[in-house]
Amino acid sequence: MMTASMRLAIATLLFLGSAVAAAQPQIQHWRTDNGAEVYFVAARELPIVDVRLTFDAGGARDGNTPGLARLTNELVMAGAEGMDAGTIARQFEANGARIDNASQQDMAYLHLRSLSDPGRLAPSLSLFRDVVAAPSFPAEDFQRTREQMLVSLRQSQQSPGKTASRRFKAAIYGDHPYGTPAAGTVAGLKAATRGEVKAFYERYYAARNMVIAIVGDLERDRAERIAADLANTRPDGEPASPLPPVAAGAVGETLRVDFDTQQTHILLGQPAVRRGTADWHALYVANHILGGGGLTSRLSEEMREKRGLSYSTQSYFAPAARKGRFEIRTQVRNDKRDEALTVLRESLHAFHAEGPTADELASAKRQITGSFPLNLDSNRDILGYVAMIGFYDLPLDYLARFRDQVQSVDADAVRRAFRAHVDPDALTTLMVGPYPETRGEE
Amino acid sequence: MAFKYATRACTIALTAMTWLATPAAAMPSDTHEYTLDNGLSVVVRRDARAPVAVSQLWYHVGSSYEHQGITGVSHVLEHMMFKGTETLAPGEFSQIVSDNGGEHNAFTSRDYTTYYEQLAADRLEVAFRLEADRMRNLRLDPAEFDKERQVVIEERRLRVTDQPQSLLSERFNAQAYLASPYGLPVIGWRGDLDDMQLADLQQWYERWYGPSNATLVVVGDVEPSAVRDLAEKHFGDIPAGEVPAPRGETGVAEPGERRLTLHRTDVNTPYLLMGYNVPSLASAEDATEVHALAVLSMILDGGEGAVLSEELVRGRALAASASAGYSPVDRLDTLFMLSGVPAMDHDIDTLEAALLERIEGFRQEPVSAETLQRAKTQLLADHIYQLDSTFYQAMEIGRLEATGIGWEVLEGYEAAVEAVTAAQVQAVARKYLTADRLTVARLIPAAHRDRTRQEAE
Repeated sequence: MMTASMRLAIATLLFLGSAVAAAQPQIQHWRTDNGAEVYFVAARELPIVDVRLTFDAGGARDGNTPGLARLTNELVMAGAEGMDAGTIARQFEANGARIDNASQQDMAYLHLRSLSDPGRLAPSLSLFRDVVAAPSFPAEDFQRTREQMLVSLRQSQQSPGKTASRRFKAAIYGDHPYGTPAAGTVAGLKAATRGEVKAFYERYYAARNMVIAIVGDLERDRAERIAADLANTRPDGEPASPLPPVAAGAVGETLRVDFDTQQTHILLGQPAVRRGTADWHALYVANHILGGGGLTSRLSEEMREKRGLSYSTQSYFAPAARKGRFEIRTQVRNDKRDEALTVLRESLHAFHAEGPTADELASAKRQITGSFPLNLDSNRDILGYVAMIGFYDLPLDYLARFRDQVQSVDADAVRRAFRAHVDPDALTTLMVGPYPETRGEE
Repeated sequence: MAFKYATRACTIALTAMTWLATPAAAMPSDTHEYTLDNGLSVVVRRDARAPVAVSQLWYHVGSSYEHQGITGVSHVLEHMMFKGTETLAPGEFSQIVSDNGGEHNAFTSRDYTTYYEQLAADRLEVAFRLEADRMRNLRLDPAEFDKERQVVIEERRLRVTDQPQSLLSERFNAQAYLASPYGLPVIGWRGDLDDMQLADLQQWYERWYGPSNATLVVVGDVEPSAVRDLAEKHFGDIPAGEVPAPRGETGVAEPGERRLTLHRTDVNTPYLLMGYNVPSLASAEDATEVHALAVLSMILDGGEGAVLSEELVRGRALAASASAGYSPVDRLDTLFMLSGVPAMDHDIDTLEAALLERIEGFRQEPVSAETLQRAKTQLLADHIYQLDSTFYQAMEIGRLEATGIGWEVLEGYEAAVEAVTAAQVQAVARKYLTADRLTVARLIPAAHRDRTRQEAE
């Protein structure tokens, strides 16, 4: 039976719900004639337009040449018909436009940010289109960019954190493409040819392998013309074929890497979750409680607040096209690493066995739902989400429904989801710090 | 909780740009300032794009208020501000913000210590209530301090000791800022962290954490006058207290050329840092010089089309990467920075010589009209882009207030940048980019890479 006060509470809830829905970005979606998926959000408050082309062309597509995807991505703006890298860059810069690009594990993108003033936007868009249509990949820039990537690879080998990440992925993914760094390998970069770069671009930077995200100060019809114009520069092509599934990896392995540091970097984890999984919201809540929620998480409480062992202890899921990793990461002084490892493992086992307490769950839901609008308070944030929704083919109402989905999760769902995706007995443990006894193994 | 190195971006800010065909009403330039009777300054900017607000409380104190022997005290106090008050247990602060769907943290720099909360706009009061409480009721507990000192030492190991480039940067600063407190590391020297006493923190808190030494900045979907009323409600009855002036050290303008080389067995890639002692927006006698230096830094490193990329990374291919930076929002004289990593098969001497040669070029010849205009357009466009983040908008206001420059300079920023001439750029290069103002630091891989464990510093 519904009492008067309950009805009032529900009415209030509904009112809040609708007010909040109005604040969500309104995502419009269509497909260009040649098969590119387009996602558009009008944001008229600031005189800015962002256009991001995202391709299924990340490091997972490297094949036998680790680093090829990133090399290609880095070289797109290096030359086009009659223009060298400097000429192209200075034309963007003269209009105040910014270009950035990245090639990650799954995706690669090219991003133009411009002022919306037509006198600034039009020339930058037209240049962007011309370069994307036919980058020339000059031989000299190919050599130079490859060398720069080799220098940065070498540099990353002096960083304990980056070394830990690289070795950890190799350990948990083995021969799967996710086991090879998107930054490439020395052998891969040295073997790469300019011909491979051109072929990679033709194969993967194709309309049907592309998501166009447009956010900013423009009307829908203008966005339609921009999207069609950009998509038409590329051949229709084919979507990239599905990546191989991740095989079950080594079980319970502990690896030690000798490194000359005052701290030992500790990573624990395993391949865990694909983007778009049905119990994602329950997992998200689980991770928030375990080690994702800043200073109030269990791991932070145990490691930092109670024991002063570390500055930072975090866990996270990195969902991907194929099983992305679950990871716990911390850094502690060398003489405390065994104690730290025990604390991490015990915390994980306890959470895995028991799930969250009622208080933890309520608090996590309050924080996640309450702070969700903070993730959407800039055009840049919205652009990133919209590109992700397009790339992983998530529902268009993913953002609009996120808070309700989190709200509907109960303790049992959290526990079940965590147990379905994380097996504490099969975790790989990686320690990077002074281990003189392992010297010479690498 | 983090400390922050001096940013190398050449940023100040602006409000609306008249050269854009954009209605001024669309720009979040609606900034209001109020001062409470106890001296607390409140600056509010309305930006209603999302139903959220950021609140940042800026105490005008940081490592440049410290001296040798107590370095790091501002930053350790920042950590202890989360460890309980007369009314809240350790960690309760964080729990309350979380329960209200907020995010929060703090950061310490040379001129300020800042505490922030990001919340739904209608929860702003939660932030004010908590900040007002710890402005006067902090309880410094010895057991919590012992743990937190250890956490900060781990933070130092993570960010500095085990990161050779950061270590170089710390030692570079100690050289480059002769007789200036900007030479002190924000996170503190290791020995000072070991020696620090709870009484040092208590004293620091009592001396600097009063309303008249703070600026409260709010940006978001808020009504400025309502924010003022809310600030009055929570902070209004905190006694003003007396806040001393910072110590008088300001550094030496032309200390002479300084050189430092760090040889490390744990390094495989050389790294070069160069800095010239130059004025900041607060210390400059003539602000036009500051804007000319900002334009020059954009000419050097405004993007892939700028001088360093065009000539050193691509053209002569001497550098795997090279950058320049100038951050004029500082309380004291600051640095005009150059840095780089040599390309494969090139050494650090060649890179340094090429950078010096290029700087000499700016002293000898004025830049072209096209180059000048491109740099100005980029500076102004980048400021529009920075409006995309409410957090950044609040940062910019807070930094300008905490360094004594004042957020009102934003009103004249566009005109000031547009007014810079090629002759002024050449003049500041001649005046400031000189040998006697230069510090060069080099990180060099030691010849024999043995992995002997480092001694504790």
